[in-house]
Amino acid sequence: MTQPTTTPPGGDPTTADLTAPTPAVGDGGPDMVQLLTPEGERVETPNGAPYAPYVDALTDDELRGFYRDLVLIRRVDAEATALQRQGELGIWASLLGQEAAQVGSGRALKPQDYAFPTYREHGVAWCRGVDPLNLLGMFRGVNNGGWDPNEKNFHLYTIIIGAQTLHATGYAMGIQRDGAVGTGDPDRDAAVIAYFGDGASSQGDVSESFGFSAVYNAPVVFFCQNNQWAISEPNEKQTRIPLYQRARGFGFPGVRVDGNDVLAVYAVTKHALEEARSGQGPFLVEAYTYRMGAHTTSDDPTKYRVSAEVEVWKLRDPIARLKAWLAHEGKADAAFFDQVEAEGDELAAHVRQGTLAMPDPEGASMFEHVYVEPHPHVAAQREEFVRYQASFEGAH
Amino acid sequence: MTTLTIAKALTNGLRAAMEKDPKVVLMGEDIGKLGGVFRVTEGLQKDFGEDRVIDTPLAEAGIVGTAIGLALRGYRPVVEIQFDGFVYPAFDHIVSQVAKMRARSLGKVSLPMVIRIPVGGGIGAVEHHSESNEAYFAHTAGLRVVSVASPQDAYWGIQAAIATDDPVIFYEPKRRYWDKGEVDLDTPTAGLYDAVVAREGTDCTVAAYGPMVKTCLQAAQAAADEGRSLEVVDLRSLAPLDLDTLCASVTKTGRLVVVHEASVTGGLGAEIAAAVTQRCFYSLEAPVLRVGGYDVPYPPSRVEEEFLPDLDRVLDGVDRAMAF
Repeated sequence: MTQPTTTPPGGDPTTADLTAPTPAVGDGGPDMVQLLTPEGERVETPNGAPYAPYVDALTDDELRGFYRDLVLIRRVDAEATALQRQGELGIWASLLGQEAAQVGSGRALKPQDYAFPTYREHGVAWCRGVDPLNLLGMFRGVNNGGWDPNEKNFHLYTIIIGAQTLHATGYAMGIQRDGAVGTGDPDRDAAVIAYFGDGASSQGDVSESFGFSAVYNAPVVFFCQNNQWAISEPNEKQTRIPLYQRARGFGFPGVRVDGNDVLAVYAVTKHALEEARSGQGPFLVEAYTYRMGAHTTSDDPTKYRVSAEVEVWKLRDPIARLKAWLAHEGKADAAFFDQVEAEGDELAAHVRQGTLAMPDPEGASMFEHVYVEPHPHVAAQREEFVRYQASFEGAH
Repeated sequence: MTTLTIAKALTNGLRAAMEKDPKVVLMGEDIGKLGGVFRVTEGLQKDFGEDRVIDTPLAEAGIVGTAIGLALRGYRPVVEIQFDGFVYPAFDHIVSQVAKMRARSLGKVSLPMVIRIPVGGGIGAVEHHSESNEAYFAHTAGLRVVSVASPQDAYWGIQAAIATDDPVIFYEPKRRYWDKGEVDLDTPTAGLYDAVVAREGTDCTVAAYGPMVKTCLQAAQAAADEGRSLEVVDLRSLAPLDLDTLCASVTKTGRLVVVHEASVTGGLGAEIAAAVTQRCFYSLEAPVLRVGGYDVPYPPSRVEEEFLPDLDRVLDGVDRAMAF
C-alpha cells in the first residue's frame, strides 16, 4: 500500500512527487491521528500525543455519553432507513459508519459555537439537541428545513454541495465583528464548524471559503468527512493529494484524524475549535472514515464498489471499538450497554411514531415565509389558490 | 434639496444607512481605498473602517456566500458586484440560498442583504461589462429586484433596500452614474416597490426602468414637440412589479410600449405584456409592444448603440402601437 505523498525530509517535493497519481491510502496513512485502535486499544503515537490530554480530561460519564450518542444516532439512522423503505420518507441519507466523526466533533462544540451541516449530519444535530424528527421532516417532504437554526446554533441542512462552507465563513466573520474571538472568556469566545465531504472538496465554494477564512483569519473549523465516496466517485476522482494537505496551500493547519475513532475526532476537533476561538484562524480537520451504506436510499453502491472494501471497514466500526475499550477499562458494564440498547428502542419508536403522525402541511402554507414584507403577487396567488381549492368542497 | 450625481447619491445613501445602523457592512472587490470601480463607496472605508467596508478576495460566490453568513449572524451586508456580467459565479448563492433561506426556515431566519449591481451598456466597455440580467432574478421567488433611475431614488432607494428584511437585488444604471439631479434629503419620492409616473401623457404609455427611463423621457419630449403625448412610467421595482400603477396608466392611454436594454425574448417586457394584457384587455387599443435589446450576446462596443434602444427606436415602437 502506497503512503501519501509528503515532503521528503530535508527537501522540497520533486516534480515526480507532485505529479504522482493519488496514493491509495486505505488505512489513512502515517499522518492520521488515532487514539483508539479498531481493536479498542488506546495507542500512544507522536501524532496523537498532543491530543491525548483532551481525552484524559474526560470523565467516565462523558465517555459513556459518547457511546450512548453513537448507538442512539445509529438507531435513528436505521429507523429512518426502514421508514424510507416502507414509503414513509421520500429519501434518506444514511450516516452509517460516520457516527464517530459526527459525535466526536459534535461533542467538541460549545453552546455558543455554530454548526453549518451538509445533509448527512444527523449525529451532529443529535449532539446539538435537535430533535431527529426535525431532520426527518425534510426527508418526508413536509418542509425544506423547518427548524430554527438559532435555537441550537445548528444551521439548516444544505444540499447544494459545499455552499455552506461560505455561509460558515461569513458567520465566523460576524463572530469576529461581535468581538467574540480571542477575548480569553471561555463563555464568550466562539467558533464555527463547517461540515462537508470529500466530494465537496472539488467545489469552488470550498476553495473560496478556505481563501476567505484565511485572509480574514476567521474562526472557522472546516470539518471534512472523507467517507471515500461522492456518490459513485472515489477519492481519486476528487483530488491528487490527501485532503488535509490542502489547508497548507491556503495558509492554515490541516490534520487528518481517524474518523472512526470518536476519541481522536473529539480531541482533534476540540483543539481546532480552541485555536479558532482564541483567534488563531481557520483549521481543517479531515476525518478519514467510510460511508457504509449508499449515498442515499436512491443509490446502489454495489454498482461501483466491491464488497471486500466494505468488509474491511466493518472491522473499523466506531461503536464496536469504543465498546471494547469501555468494557476492558471497566468504565461501563453490561447493564449500561443494555440500558443504551433499550433507550435506542425507545428513541426508534419515537422517531417512527413521530414520522407517521407528521401531518402534511396545508397547501396554502407554500405561500408563507417567502418574504418578510407583504408581496402583492404572492398574496394574490395565495387567494387564487385558496379559492380554487375551495371550489372542490362538497364535490364528489 | 441638493444636487447630486446618481453615484454620489448612492454614496451618501450608503453613508446614511451605515451611520444609522452599525450592523450595516459593505463587501466587495476594490471597495475600500479605491472606492469601487465606479467610486460609489469612496471615502467610506476611511470613515467606517475595514471591518465595515470589507475589501474581499476576488471571488463573487465567496462574496455573496460569506455575506449570507454575516446576515445569519445579524449583520446587514451590502454586497457590490463590480459589473452585471460578473454576477454569474454568485448566481447559485443568490437563487438557491439567498432567495430560499427564509422559506426553508419557515420564517425563523431572514437574510436582510442587498446585492448592488451596476447594470447595462452604453459605456464602451468590453464584454461581460454591459449586460442586463434582471429577468433571472425577477424570476426567482424570494428575491426583490429594484432598479433606480434618478439621484433621488438612488439616495432613498439604497437606504430602503438596506432597511428591508428581505434580500434585494439593487440595480444601478452605470451609464447614468454621472447624471445629476435634485435630491430631497428629507423625503423619499415613493416606496421602494412603487412605480411612478415620471411624465404624464394621454396617447400611449411607455414603461421603462433604470437607464432607459431617461431615454424614454427624451423620447416623450421629442414626441411632444411633434404633438404626441406620451406617459412615461418608471417601474422602479421589477419584482414585485407595481402593476396597479402601470395598469392605471394603460387604462388611461390605451396603449403600452415596454422598453428595456435586455434581450426581448423571455425578458421582463414579456412578463409585463402578459400581465397588462390580462388586466387591461378591454382598455387596450393595441397589443403591448416591446422595444429591447436583440436576442444576441451583448455586442462589441462599436455597435452597442445599434443594440441599445434609443430615442428613435422608442418612438418607432410608439408609432407601431399608435398604428393599430
